[in-house]
Amino acid sequence: MTTLDVRQHGQPYDAPPSGPLWSRYKHAHHYRSAEEEFDAVKLGMWLFLATEVLLFAGLFCAYAVFRMLYPQAFYNGSHYLDWKWGGFNTVILLISSYTMAMSIRNCQRGEFRRMRLNLAFTIFCGALFVLIKLVFEYTPKWSGYFFVLDPALHHYADSGKTALFGLFHYVDGYGGKRPGMWFNYAFASDPYEPLWWGVYYSATSIHALHVLIGMTLIGRVLLRSFKGHYGPSHYTAVEISGLYWHLVDLIWIFLFPLLYLIH
Amino acid sequence: MTTLDPSKAAGLHGAAGHEHHGSYLERKGSFWVTVWDWATTVDHKKLGVMYMTAVLTLFFLGGLAALAVRTELFQPTRIAQVEVKNSDGTVSKATKITGQLFAAPDATSVDKGNQIYNRLFTLHGAIMVFMVIVPGIPASLGNFFLPIMLGAKDVAFPRLNLLSWYIYLTGSIFGVISIIMGGVDTGWTFYTPYSTTTDASYFRVVAMILAAFILGFSSILTGLNFVVTVHKLRAPGMGWFDMPLFVWSTYSTAIIQVLATPVIGITLLLLVFERVFRVGIFDPALGGDPVLFQHFFWFYSHPVVYVMILPAMGIISEIIAVHSHKAIFGYRAMAYATLGIAAVSFLVWGHHLFASEGELVAMVFSALTFLVAIPTAVKVFNWVATLYKGSISLTTPMLYALSFLFLFSIGGLTGLPLGTLATDLHLHDSYFVVAHFHYVMMGGTIIAFVGGLHHWWPKMFGRMYNELWGKVGCILVFIGFNTTFFIQFILGTQGMPRRYASYVSEFTLMHQISTVGSYILLVGFLVHLFNFLHSLVLGPKAPPNPWGGLTLEWETDSPPSEHNFDHEPIVKHGPYDYDRVVPPHWDPKDYPLPAGAAARHH
Repeated sequence: MTTLDVRQHGQPYDAPPSGPLWSRYKHAHHYRSAEEEFDAVKLGMWLFLATEVLLFAGLFCAYAVFRMLYPQAFYNGSHYLDWKWGGFNTVILLISSYTMAMSIRNCQRGEFRRMRLNLAFTIFCGALFVLIKLVFEYTPKWSGYFFVLDPALHHYADSGKTALFGLFHYVDGYGGKRPGMWFNYAFASDPYEPLWWGVYYSATSIHALHVLIGMTLIGRVLLRSFKGHYGPSHYTAVEISGLYWHLVDLIWIFLFPLLYLIH
Repeated sequence: MTTLDPSKAAGLHGAAGHEHHGSYLERKGSFWVTVWDWATTVDHKKLGVMYMTAVLTLFFLGGLAALAVRTELFQPTRIAQVEVKNSDGTVSKATKITGQLFAAPDATSVDKGNQIYNRLFTLHGAIMVFMVIVPGIPASLGNFFLPIMLGAKDVAFPRLNLLSWYIYLTGSIFGVISIIMGGVDTGWTFYTPYSTTTDASYFRVVAMILAAFILGFSSILTGLNFVVTVHKLRAPGMGWFDMPLFVWSTYSTAIIQVLATPVIGITLLLLVFERVFRVGIFDPALGGDPVLFQHFFWFYSHPVVYVMILPAMGIISEIIAVHSHKAIFGYRAMAYATLGIAAVSFLVWGHHLFASEGELVAMVFSALTFLVAIPTAVKVFNWVATLYKGSISLTTPMLYALSFLFLFSIGGLTGLPLGTLATDLHLHDSYFVVAHFHYVMMGGTIIAFVGGLHHWWPKMFGRMYNELWGKVGCILVFIGFNTTFFIQFILGTQGMPRRYASYVSEFTLMHQISTVGSYILLVGFLVHLFNFLHSLVLGPKAPPNPWGGLTLEWETDSPPSEHNFDHEPIVKHGPYDYDRVVPPHWDPKDYPLPAGAAARHH
């Protein structure tokens, strides 16, 4: 039985006075041991992940209801999505999940250089995911402008109109697949098509926001790792940031087939 | 004392010769230093007190809106063509409006006054539900007492707790901004198409929806914090079934908060998308499905009814056991009933949609709804059985607990005709529903909250309130409440629909009785307010255990020291073992001990 004394308050790092930060980490004053703190934080994160799943459950439910109500609109709308970009992004996120898991393992084994490399690569994958989403998926649908390196551009008749120093090429009769009030009915294949785009943009943008939050969390871990905050005996933040990242990955794995593969 | 490490027990209450730790209320320096200390505190007690202040302020604001609504209903609105004599002797016809509180004196149309009425009842509902009743007990009394009752120094994530407080504040500010800009007239449920079409300046609606969305995050984080705290920070010796029932109920509440709130989160977010970007999700004009909104909304909002009532039930369990000085009857049944209510709460949302869903679905939801009656009845019977042969101290908290039993039973039993399909179609959207949920939400939750405030006030602030004025306030609230709402059951069965600014002349007297009752309620609450404020300045110092409770909070100082306990307590008895344990700081002049405990004392 440990008797806690209030005098320990405010000194999670109390002994020994030398060595890297992680080796000096004891625990927050209201816990009895580092293990207890670690377990508590992990339980908290799992509960939070449960709330995230429920949050997206609402979107999945809306998807199911509107798919049932307007199957034709969903059929037509989903044809505008390119499974290749979706698939590529899926692969990127899967790889990033692997590097994230590896960084935790590296931290546990004290391989700090590899840990930082893995963390940095995970963030890079997240950034790549968002970039692809923006440049190759949102932009053409929103405006009709395709990125010049987009392979899909060659399937369409290039109107010759360009933007941003020729980096983007305009395709006639393609854009206007925007959410809500910006939807362009001139190109609509079905009167209820905007509902499909409403679900698509809501789900993917909320997911992309989660990717950005995950990148921020991992970025914080990366920065703090340079100061020696994490090591074999104290890697709580690395672990729970990893848990969050896996959730972001997992939700995409459900979104991808529902949006891109089912027609 | 028996729950403590015997070698350290003497030091717990700041006895001479032992290092004494200051009360959490002690000032840290100059005024601004103290303000900064409170604004950045991670101490669950200070956060609890701040939540309490905010919740009570908003309760006052929401109450004022309710009084305005009741005042408007004192007279039915009437439009009459009257003859007006002009200065030159001719007679002309003019429209005269009577019975409208908010109309301009020369108004020729009732529209403006009705719009203001719509905004006021929406304001009342939104404030009371999202900012008062839902966070009320868990965030204030829960934050303050959950860790102490577990023997912990703080909640599992103190900084997250501070974050939830600021999120709550941000959400409330959004709500207040919406009110200042002119208010919302959608009703607190934000049903589409009200929320997507009414009120040309949609920003106000969006601000109020965002307020509820942000408050939801605060609720999730607080709930998450409590679940982990209960799992990980129980004092040595405290098993699951050694936890006080208030902890059980706060724990069950927290689970509901964590699992139900995200759904309203996405719903409100989609509603904002719909309102701002015109994305069709719920608005039928855009191809959306308004019934989907109702399902989403009640999937959260029905479990949340139990977020409102479960902590109240926990408080009542504490008050009844402590002030009858008797073990709670059927402790385990109580704990399981609490969890049972939480579980069933997720299965009954469809009973809010009897009028808009299919017949078979309605029958299934109706049947599931009656399941709630079982654990609830277990609780009510157990409370009554606890009172039986107890040595009851008729203090203000106990009076409140007795009011709760009375009012909550009426509220619960009037739920039965609403859960029955055939009778519900008659009573749907009538004053019967209004009276029913006020009996449960106010007669249940608010009554228990005020009772709990009296019960724990000496512990929180180290001062005793005036018992006489407490009782006077309680009796006024009880009378005022019943006068206001009992008559509404009758109004409802006779056909008075809810949310209307006017009514047929036959209802005038009943509406007037109800309005007078609401003023009595106001007086009762003002008595409590002045009693509390008075006690903070002039109240006598409170002993550590004024009521003779056995749970851990009664072993600490009043008010508790900054870290709750000087040494971590070790639990050696159950929370309600009055028959064999002498309460800490017990004094023979307080009340006689039961035989088992008395034998130990000598």
